[in-house]
Formats: sequence, C-alpha cells, structure tokens
Amino acid sequence: MIGPSSSHTAGAVRLGYVARKILEEEPVRAEIQLSGSFAQTYRGHGTDKALIAGILGFPPDDARIRDSLTHAAKRGLKWEFICENIPGAHPNTARITLAGAQGGGVTVQGASVGGGNILVDRLNGMAVHVTGRNNTLVVLHKDKPGAIAAVTNFMAYSGVNIGSFRLARPEKGGTAVMTIEVDGDIPDILAENLRILPNIIHVVLIRAV
Amino acid sequence: MLTYQRIDDLCREAEKMGGTISQVVLSDQAQQLGLKEEEVYERMAQRLQVMRESVETGMDAGLRSASGLSGGDAAKMQAYARQGGIAGPFVNGAIARALATSECNAAMGRIVAAPTAGSCGILPGTVLSVLEEGQCTERQAVMALFTAGGIGTVIGSQATLAGAEGGCQAECGAAAAMAAAALVELKGGTPVQAAHACAMALKNQLGLVCDPVAGLVEVPCIKRNVAGVMVAFSAAEMALAGIESKIPADECVCALYEVGCALPASLRETAQGGLAATPTGKRLEKEIFGPPCG
Repeated sequence: MIGPSSSHTAGAVRLGYVARKILEEEPVRAEIQLSGSFAQTYRGHGTDKALIAGILGFPPDDARIRDSLTHAAKRGLKWEFICENIPGAHPNTARITLAGAQGGGVTVQGASVGGGNILVDRLNGMAVHVTGRNNTLVVLHKDKPGAIAAVTNFMAYSGVNIGSFRLARPEKGGTAVMTIEVDGDIPDILAENLRILPNIIHVVLIRAV
Repeated sequence: MLTYQRIDDLCREAEKMGGTISQVVLSDQAQQLGLKEEEVYERMAQRLQVMRESVETGMDAGLRSASGLSGGDAAKMQAYARQGGIAGPFVNGAIARALATSECNAAMGRIVAAPTAGSCGILPGTVLSVLEEGQCTERQAVMALFTAGGIGTVIGSQATLAGAEGGCQAECGAAAAMAAAALVELKGGTPVQAAHACAMALKNQLGLVCDPVAGLVEVPCIKRNVAGVMVAFSAAEMALAGIESKIPADECVCALYEVGCALPASLRETAQGGLAATPTGKRLEKEIFGPPCG
C-alpha cells in the first residue's frame, strides 16, 4: 500500500473505490462527510487524497494516490469535504455521496476499521455489510415473496457458494437490499443475469479490493 | 481471514502437526483463498520484496515527507550503525531499517502495512534484519511473516489494529507481538515459545497512546517503530532463553482491547492529546496546516 496510514489512507482508498463501484459510472461530483478521527486528522494522513483516489478507481498501492487531487481536477471531478460528526459511528467513518455523469447517484457510508480493512454499512441509508475482502453482490430488490429464493437459486445453479448473507428492509413491501459475500470468483455474467430476474431492481458486483 | 480465533489454538494445531505456526497459517490461508500453498507463499514473498524496497527508499538522506517533519534520519542511523555504536551494528542496523520503512511511509511511498502503515517499520526492522545479516534463509523469512500474519489476524479479530480504536498499543504493540513470535520461529523456537514472546511484547506495549502531532504519521510514530523493534527483540530473546509469560498471550490480547476501550478519545488518533497537545505539537500543527479543519 501507499502510506502514511492504513486506516486513513489504504482503508480510505477502499471506501472511495467501493462507492465508485456502486455508482457504476464516471463520478462528476463527490460530497464527503468525515466523522471522528477522520475529521480531526484527514489532511495529515492524506485521507482526502486517498478517498478521491478510490473514487477515481485507483487501487490502494497506486503511486498516483499522492497526486490524486490533481488527477481528479483533470478528469472534471468536483469534490467537497465536510467535517461533521455522525453520532454512534466508528471513529474512522466517511459518508460519500457521488453523482455520476449519466445522472446516477449514490450515498455510501463506511468505516476504516484498521489495517486497511473497511466495513461499508450503509447504502442510500439502508444497512449493508461490505468488507471488500470477498467478492460481494449487493442486490436491491422489491420486498416480495420469492425474490431472495430466485437470487440464491440462480447462484446455486451457477455453482457459486455464499459465504455470508445479510438482508435489510427499511419497510414492509418496499425496497430491500441483500448483501451477499461469496467464496471465490463471481463471473460478470452472473450479475447481469441476476438483473433480469423478477423483482430485482439493481445488482452491483464489488470485487475484493 | 483466519480460521483460528486464539493464539492458543494456533500453537496447539502447530504442535499437533509437529510443525510451526507459519505452516498452519499458510495452509489455512490457502484453503480460505482457494489457492495453492505455493501461490500464497509467492504473494508473501512479494511482500518481503516490497519491504526491501521501502527500506531502500527510506535510506535516502534527501527524503522528506510533505510536511517536512520527517525524513533523513534512517540515513544518519545507517551511517552510525556502520561504526558499531553501543549495541553493535546488528541492533543499530535494525533501528535504521525501521526508521527507513517508516520514513518511506511518511513520504507517501509504498510499504507493507504490517499490520498497519503507522507500524510498518517493525517487521522490516526485525525479520528483514535477521535475513539481511545472514542469520536465516529467504524462505525462513517469508514463512516467519506468516507467523506474524497469524498473530496479527488474531489481535485484529479479538481486539483491534486501529489506533483510532485502541491507541498505538493496537498498532505498534500488535506489530511488536507479531515480530516477536516471528523471530522466535526464525531462530528455531517452539510454537509455545513464540506465543510467550508474543505475550511479553504485548505486555510491554500495553497502554501506549496514539497522539500524532498534527495528525501526521510522523511524530512520534516513526521512532515508536524503533521502540517496537526493541520490544520484539527483547521478548523473542527472553522466550528463546526459556523465560515464560505468566499471563498467556490470548489474555494479553483481551487486556489490550480493554485498555484501548478505556483510553479517552483524545489519545486515540485524534491529534488532541498527549504529544499532539504539547505547546510544540500545537505550534508544528499550526505551521503545517494553519487553522484547524475546514
């Protein structure tokens, strides 16, 4: 990895990267809220450069991280950092709101939990559980009978083993989200195929970072 | 990712196999990642190579961090080590490697987080020193990093590796414990001796706060890596001499977490207490950044 801090640099790159992956298009605007230790020490650790580097799609050992703000300006990304505590959140938490060139948008909240590891626990306000250590599918779907079975059955037929599964449903009958961590690889085609299943709104494949 | 949740379990499994902690960790990692053992070994061998390169980068006398707070001390130490000093060229060379890696990190160079970037100098200062001074083979050094990795993973899962959560004891303390166990294995000690070394290293770092001046991983982090190297060597030497820790390693890990939770936020990487809050610490912060957050 590129220094100086695994929590504040490498973990921050991963958080930015996961946000970009979920947006699935070139981001043009980023609003980043920093909480706790992130807010107090972000400039010293290069957390700002790291988050922006991740949002640009750089991996944690990319030598361009130190100049990421220049790269971002060149690619037309506008960004803003806001230091405001998120009550109850882990000390190293960032809430990243991205807007894409095609009009898409996403808000991802996650923490850098030490040694470069991360935990993304909110996606557009819904509870998710993305560590970035395993290949992960985030599936937005309608809260209807059979939606989960359809997805897991399809994965079973594809020979993909589920390592962990979490479901969050803010309200009955509304939009729900599955976070599915799998063992080994997920073929791109699997995510594509899951999208055409009934009641599925969106599927994002986040490869281990 | 490790199947084992306790250092005790790692030791027991190693002894059952009649082998080392590193072999247990390597096999487990290969299984978890669905890779061949050789592939996982190769990845770790690459990490060792990155450590070498970080040391080389950090030894440059002209290297400076963006803040200007650090850089160039490793070169001074290397020159001094050649003359022998008080503790001899081996120890002083180890100090130089720890400084070089940490200074490389502060200058946003490439390093191996071991377990974190703030504590990245301790494994190069110890394991790489033993290798570079001709006391072990490359293969032994790479395997020792698996032992270190196993210990670090347990500390990360049972306690924490984040300074923001547990203070410096969770970073440099964990690194020292990882290095101590790795050193014992490198010198032919038993898994149980490695666990005792790990326990003794943790005990000697317990309570260490995280108080970086201006929030930068420079002051005091770089020199605390040197302290971690010394703690690791002394703990390993004691364990190899047959000295045991009265408190078992796993209980030391729990104590570390408890102490971390008891630390006030000002001493957990917020740059608001300890050395960061001293008059000089405050002055340096103002010189580097101007007025606080905005």
